[in-house]
Amino acid sequence: MRRNWKFYSQLGLTIVLCLFIVVPVVMSALAGVTVNVFQGLSSGFTLRWIIEVLDLYTDSILLSLWIALVCLVVTLVVGVPLAYVLVRRPGRWTRLFEELLTLPVAIPGLALALALLITYGGVSGYRSSWLFILTGHVLFTLPFMVRSVAAVMSAMDMKMLEEGAASLGAGFWRRFFTVIVPNAKPGILAGALMVVTLSIGEFNLTWMLHTPLTKTLPVGLADAYASMRLEIGSAYTLIFFVLIMPLLIAMQTLADRGKRASKRIDTAEDTL
Amino acid sequence: MSWLSNIKEGRSRPSLPLSVFGRAAPGAGSPVVLAFLMMPGIIVVAAFFLIPLALVVMRVADGPDGWATYFVILTNGWYFASLVQTLLMSAGVTLTALILCSICGLFLVRNQFAGRSMLTALLTLPLSFPGTVVGFMVIMLAGRQGVIGSVSDAIFGEKLVFAYEISGLFIGYLYFSIPRVILAVMASAEKLDPQLEEAARSLGAPTWRVVKDVILPGLMPGLISSGAICFATAMGAFGTAFTLATDIDVLPMVIYTEFTRNANVAVAAALSIALGAMTWVVLFVVRCFVGNSTDVAPRGGA
Repeated sequence: MRRNWKFYSQLGLTIVLCLFIVVPVVMSALAGVTVNVFQGLSSGFTLRWIIEVLDLYTDSILLSLWIALVCLVVTLVVGVPLAYVLVRRPGRWTRLFEELLTLPVAIPGLALALALLITYGGVSGYRSSWLFILTGHVLFTLPFMVRSVAAVMSAMDMKMLEEGAASLGAGFWRRFFTVIVPNAKPGILAGALMVVTLSIGEFNLTWMLHTPLTKTLPVGLADAYASMRLEIGSAYTLIFFVLIMPLLIAMQTLADRGKRASKRIDTAEDTL
Repeated sequence: MSWLSNIKEGRSRPSLPLSVFGRAAPGAGSPVVLAFLMMPGIIVVAAFFLIPLALVVMRVADGPDGWATYFVILTNGWYFASLVQTLLMSAGVTLTALILCSICGLFLVRNQFAGRSMLTALLTLPLSFPGTVVGFMVIMLAGRQGVIGSVSDAIFGEKLVFAYEISGLFIGYLYFSIPRVILAVMASAEKLDPQLEEAARSLGAPTWRVVKDVILPGLMPGLISSGAICFATAMGAFGTAFTLATDIDVLPMVIYTEFTRNANVAVAAALSIALGAMTWVVLFVVRCFVGNSTDVAPRGGA
C-alpha cells in the first residue's frame, strides 16, 4: 500500500483527536492518585483520595447501582413485551406510540424533569424517595431497551417461529417465553447493558429530581467537582471509570460479535 | 374482561385497518393478549410523560402572562440572545465534529496499520461519559491546572485558560460528539463500495470530485443522523455547562437559573417546552430526510 503525505496527514489528525480524548482521561486518573496535583507527580502516589471518596460517597454510588438495577428490571418487564407488540403489529397506532415513547430521548432531560416536578412534586413521600429518580431513569432508558429488542425481533423470522410453535400446540405464553424471548436474547442483552450504563451516568434529569438524601453517583460527582479539591474530584472520576469500563467493554464485545454473525450470514447467502 | 373486548371491537372497525388491536396476525397472540402486553408501557408513558407534559403546558397558560409566555423566548432580550448563542454553538459543534470525524473515520476504515483498532477503541472511549465527567475532562484540558495551560505557559510564558466559558462548552460537546459521529461514519464507510470509487477514478475524476460525488453521498445518512444527535445534545444538555460554570448563557442554563434561583416556574416551563419542541423538530425533520434509520442507540446524556 502506498504511504504518501495524505496517509500521514490523516494519521496525524486521527492521533491528535485521540490525544484530545485520552489525555484528559489519563490526567484525571493520575490526579486521583497523586498526593498533590499542584506539585505534580513528583509529590508521590497515594490512595488517600480514593479512600476519602469512598468515605464520603459510598451511599450515592450504591444508590446509583441500585437504581440502575431496578431500572433494568422495570425496562425489561415493560420494554420486551412492548417491543414484541411494536414489531408484530406494525401500524398507525403502534408507530404513533413508538414516536411518543422515543420523545423523552429527544426532549432535554431538564424539561422532562421540570414536568415531573410540576406534576408529582407535591406528593411528598414519592418526591423524596429514590423512586422519583427511578421514574426519570425509566422514561429516559425505556426507548433504548425497546429499540434494541425490536431491532433483533424484526430481523428474525418471528412469524415462522411462532407458527411452528403454535402448530406443535404451544399456547401464547409458552411461545412467548420459550421461543420469542430466547431468540431475542442478543437484543435484550445489548439493551440491558445500555440501560444500566445510561442509568449509572444520568445527570440531566437526576440533578433536578434528587434530594439531599437521594444523591446518585453523577450528582455526587458534580458536588465533588464544585466543592472538593481537584484530587477528590479526580479520584471520584477514577472510581466512575472503573465502574463503567466493564460495561463498555461488554457492549463493544457484543456489538463485534453481532457484526461478525451478520457478516457470516451475508457470506452464507452469497455462496448460495 | 368485557371492557377489554369492547375496546377491541370499538377499535377494529374497518376505518382503522392498521390498528394495533385489529385482525389477529397468524401466530401472534390474540388482541386481548397484545393489549395486555402493551399495558405497562402505555401506563408508564401516560402517567409519567403525557400527563406531566399536559400539566406543564397548562401551568404555563395559567401563569401571569398566559399563553403569551411561550413567546417570551423571542421577546425577552436575554432569552433570545441565549437562544441564538445556543443555536450557533450547537451548529458549530455539529459541523466541526462531522468534518473531523469524516476524515478520521474514513481513514480508519480504509487503512490497515498497527494500532488501528486501538485508535478506534480510544476514540470511542467517552461514549458513556455523563455530561459532568465531560465537563471535568474539559477542565483537565483547558482549566487552570490543564494541559493546554501548562504547555502554553512553557512555550509562550502565558497560561491559556478557556474552560470556564462558552469555548469550554464547545470543547466539551465536541468531546461528547466525536465517539458518536466516528462510529456512524465508520459504519457507513464500511458499506461503501470501493469499486464505485475506482470506476470514478478510472473515468478521470479528480479526488475532490470522487469525495463530493461518490464518498459523501454514501456517508450522508450516517452523517445526518449522528449530526442530529450531536445537535440535539448540544441544545439540551446541562451537565457539562453545570460543571464548567453556572453563568454560561446557554438555554438549558437559563432555564435552570429561572427555575431554581428566580423560582420563575411558568417561564422556565415555557422555555423548556420551546427548547424541547425545537430539538424534536430538528430530529423529526432529519428522520424524515434519511428515512427511519436514525438510531437512538449511540446517544447518552451530556
